[in-house]
Amino acid sequence: MNHTVTITINGVKHTREVEPRTLLASFIRDHVGLTGTNVGCDTSQCGACTVHVDGQAVKSCTVLAVQADGSSVTTIEGMAQGGKLHAVQQAFWDQHGLQCGYCTPGMIMSISYMLKQNPNASEEEIRHGLEGNICRCTGYQNIVKAALQAREALSN
Amino acid sequence: MFPANFDYYRAGSLAEAVDLLQKNPGAKVLAGGHSLVPAMKLRVAGPSALVDIGRIADLKGISLANGQLTIGALTTHAEVANSPLVKDNCGVLAQAAGQIGDQMIRNRGTIGGSLAHADPAADYPTVIRAVGAMITVFGPNGLRMINADSFFTDLFSTALADGEIITSVTVAAQDASTRGSYYKIPHPASGYAVVGACAIVSQADGVCSSVSVTVGGATANPVRCAGVESALIGKAANEANIAAAAAKTDESVNATMGDQYASSEYRNHLAAVAVKRALMAASA
Repeated sequence: MNHTVTITINGVKHTREVEPRTLLASFIRDHVGLTGTNVGCDTSQCGACTVHVDGQAVKSCTVLAVQADGSSVTTIEGMAQGGKLHAVQQAFWDQHGLQCGYCTPGMIMSISYMLKQNPNASEEEIRHGLEGNICRCTGYQNIVKAALQAREALSN
Repeated sequence: MFPANFDYYRAGSLAEAVDLLQKNPGAKVLAGGHSLVPAMKLRVAGPSALVDIGRIADLKGISLANGQLTIGALTTHAEVANSPLVKDNCGVLAQAAGQIGDQMIRNRGTIGGSLAHADPAADYPTVIRAVGAMITVFGPNGLRMINADSFFTDLFSTALADGEIITSVTVAAQDASTRGSYYKIPHPASGYAVVGACAIVSQADGVCSSVSVTVGGATANPVRCAGVESALIGKAANEANIAAAAAKTDESVNATMGDQYASSEYRNHLAAVAVKRALMAASA
């Protein structure tokens, strides 16, 4: 039996009829059409699908849309405000924190959450904190540089 | 990847959840969903229905009363890892919770879900046995408590009866003379424990007055290492004594788990290494 689910994404309410097996990642991408959130491994490992649900970073491929009913979700499309990139996005731009870009939305959602939890995260804590996000291009060096730049930018 | 179709029920209370489980014999309980949903996506689990207990407020939260620390079943790994109450009264639980998965997984996965799933490579079962926790469950016949020693019955199997749901986990608050440590050798890709050892050491007058050691990952369920424990009780917690005690790990651990990444022989070896390191950290 289908269920009616209402999820606020980036400040906009979306109500859809979904099967219980619909994943939050699919709700965001296929039902609402926000394709910035990527699905990489689809097995809760790569972190490309990371979004914020009620302020908490989660892997949207491992959450059912029915579980997220009534919650407030932020995706990569909701990060820039008033035409200005979020500090983490700007840092990825400045530090060339990506090559193919597939993992980038998840990296940015993960790092922005990490820096909110721990504004003074050390480089080691940042590297360790990124254990749930896999990048197969960069070797992580520029991603970590971007996180460090964002840490400074956010603390000012 | 999508799970096979199922019916979904959101329970408003524990009683309603148990009622739903009884009315839907093929149903499974959904808490954080971080073991169950991946299994359903891979189609190794195909419940006909899910009973979502995720919004039952009674199952959330951490409290301390009469020297007992109680953690609600829906408490996430992140909440346990960051809780001052857990850190102060049973620090090893917080230390272990902080090593589960990654920050996103820790935001969704729950202690009750992890224990009910009873994955041989999970971290919580090993620690729960070492600290001697009691697991409170609620079902058609009301509440009952199950000792962690008898909770895990086999691979992905527990003493939970049909229709029963874990409500909380209770451990005795540890005093300043007791320290615990969980040492995990993680699979480099998945982060799951290839082998994990938990050691709890109480010291008095310069010697170990009580020792509890468990090993998970090598066998279907975590095992208690009685030979290691008795070898260290009454002795000083120094490296030589710990090494001699850890050498008795193979009296208790006989690995049955083994795959192309880590054979059972290798896991037996790692078990003694992890026991030694956990004991060293718990004695520091």
